[in-house]
Amino acid sequence: MNFTEFFTSFPEMSKSGLRTFKKTVDGAYRQFSREYGDSIEAVFDPVLFFLIWFEKLLQNSPWIIVIIVFLALIYFGSRSIYLTVGSFFAFIFIGYFGMWEDTMSTVSIIGVCTFLSIGFGIPIGILMSGSDRARASISPILDIMQTMPSFVYLIPVVMLLGIGKIPGLLAVVIYAIPPIIRLTDLGIREVDKEVLEAAEAFGANRSQKLFRVQLPLALPTIFAGINQTIMMALAMVVIASMIGVKGLGQPVLKAIANQYFTMGLLNGLAIVVLAIIFDRVSQSFGKRLQQHRLGSHE
Amino acid sequence: MSNIKIKIENLYKIFGPDAKGLTSAVKDGLDKDELLAKHNHVLGLDNINIDIEEQSIQVIMGLSGSGKSTLIRHINRLIEPTEGVVMVDNQDVTKLNKSELLEFRRNRTGMVFQRFGLFPHQNIVDNVQLGLSIKGVDKSESNETAMFWIDKVGLNGFEYKFPNQLSGGMQQRVGLARALANDPDILLMDEAFSALDPLIRSDMQDQLLELQKNLKKTIVFITHDLDEALKLGDRIAILNGGKLVQDGKPEDILLSPADEYVTNFVKDVNRTKVLKIKTIMKDSIQSGSDYPKVAMDSNIESCLPLFLDGESVLNVTDDEKNIVGSISREEVANILKRY
Repeated sequence: MNFTEFFTSFPEMSKSGLRTFKKTVDGAYRQFSREYGDSIEAVFDPVLFFLIWFEKLLQNSPWIIVIIVFLALIYFGSRSIYLTVGSFFAFIFIGYFGMWEDTMSTVSIIGVCTFLSIGFGIPIGILMSGSDRARASISPILDIMQTMPSFVYLIPVVMLLGIGKIPGLLAVVIYAIPPIIRLTDLGIREVDKEVLEAAEAFGANRSQKLFRVQLPLALPTIFAGINQTIMMALAMVVIASMIGVKGLGQPVLKAIANQYFTMGLLNGLAIVVLAIIFDRVSQSFGKRLQQHRLGSHE
Repeated sequence: MSNIKIKIENLYKIFGPDAKGLTSAVKDGLDKDELLAKHNHVLGLDNINIDIEEQSIQVIMGLSGSGKSTLIRHINRLIEPTEGVVMVDNQDVTKLNKSELLEFRRNRTGMVFQRFGLFPHQNIVDNVQLGLSIKGVDKSESNETAMFWIDKVGLNGFEYKFPNQLSGGMQQRVGLARALANDPDILLMDEAFSALDPLIRSDMQDQLLELQKNLKKTIVFITHDLDEALKLGDRIAILNGGKLVQDGKPEDILLSPADEYVTNFVKDVNRTKVLKIKTIMKDSIQSGSDYPKVAMDSNIESCLPLFLDGESVLNVTDDEKNIVGSISREEVANILKRY
């Protein structure tokens, strides 16, 4: 009898045992966050300060100047007059439908997240490319970061830091940083072995090899990673708004809760427009970089 | 003149995790195939001993997998030996520490690669001054040196092009200029001309010989092409399966191959074209100076028409047209018979 039961239902641990397990882990973590939450939060103060400064700068500057600066950046990055004109109409659309402030918040958080992802992602990628052991231990962590439902890792972040900009920022960075790490690693590993050997044969040391050969040659691949990182950060905007990040995600969230179809659609479109602009600009910038390296034009 | 520049002694290289442990088995006679089958290790070099003379061109030849590229990389220690000694000017390269090794590579050796190994993201001038900029030489000075060598290899007008805009032959000229700009006393050339088409290759060989007349570097040249080896080499070393099977002057290799492997290598070579008259002439001067004269540095082929015209003996002259020896019809016939 016992024998058939063994096969029909999985032999799970007792209900009380499971309850104690959950309670112990939760309790320990709560204890930890009570004790260290404040000091960990303090570590992020400079980031928070910068984020708020950047957001205020975008929101408080006259909108015409902001648009002019953006269009200049877009033209400089892409060298495409079509994209620049298209972006101009996109910004007009955003402003006219009352989404200017939210869009500036989103742009500021995306900007800071991208900056942080590059700042941490590229060195980690370099580390990974240098040793197979580092790669073997970092790779699974990146897999977890990309596949774990974001709501799940929001729980401990919120428990530790509460609701607000910094936990949102962390959630976005965790989700968006893997591509840049992976592609930095890949780009460096794909560098022509003979070119690297040539540098070595002429007596280049480690940092000379890195900065003269590996990074310059990996740059197009790294740029593809930056592009991916920006796209993933934008995709996280709505989820991050659930824990108090201001921006285009919040109206979307409100629209879901109250079934405001038009509001959801407009703000969703604004996110799409931002994504397209970021994507086209960073892609064509990356491509130009590559063309120059290949020397196919003077 | 006959100073030994590079002395390689009892050099072993085994690829694999337990290389050190298997060295003694290799010394006891385990060969490349057995080592791979029994221990899953690859035998790269098996007891190599070579003396390379200063200012000479030493060719190292063998088929792919014979260990020639492995051997050349031991001279600047791009590959660590399993056991053995590589002496350059009485200094053991294998014993240098990290910074001494960097200094050694920066100042003593230059290397030219089969697929060029140029930096695709830098223009020709910057490529040529790679070695100098790694050493930290002043930019204007290294620029000047680079321009000098670009001119020397005949690439004026291409200074600010990128490698991908140049043909293969031109790219390898850049590779050669890059190695020479560093003014090393040893030039390592790893199948430097193998990727080029035959006409360009022959051109580059001539250019290298021309440069060498003035530069007098010690050149180690890897190739799998016997014609190239015979054209360039003062000495030729032949590797097979990581072992050195013969090391000698080109005519020794041609006239008395050490084993079947070398015999197979040289059997299709046109000896009358390759062998110089001086290598087979007799020192005894034939009296009766009305015999036709041939220069000692020309190849045997050039005296065939005279023999076919019915001459039986020819007088051999040196550069100043003095008669220094003779060559007979029978001797030449003997050489040809060995085909």
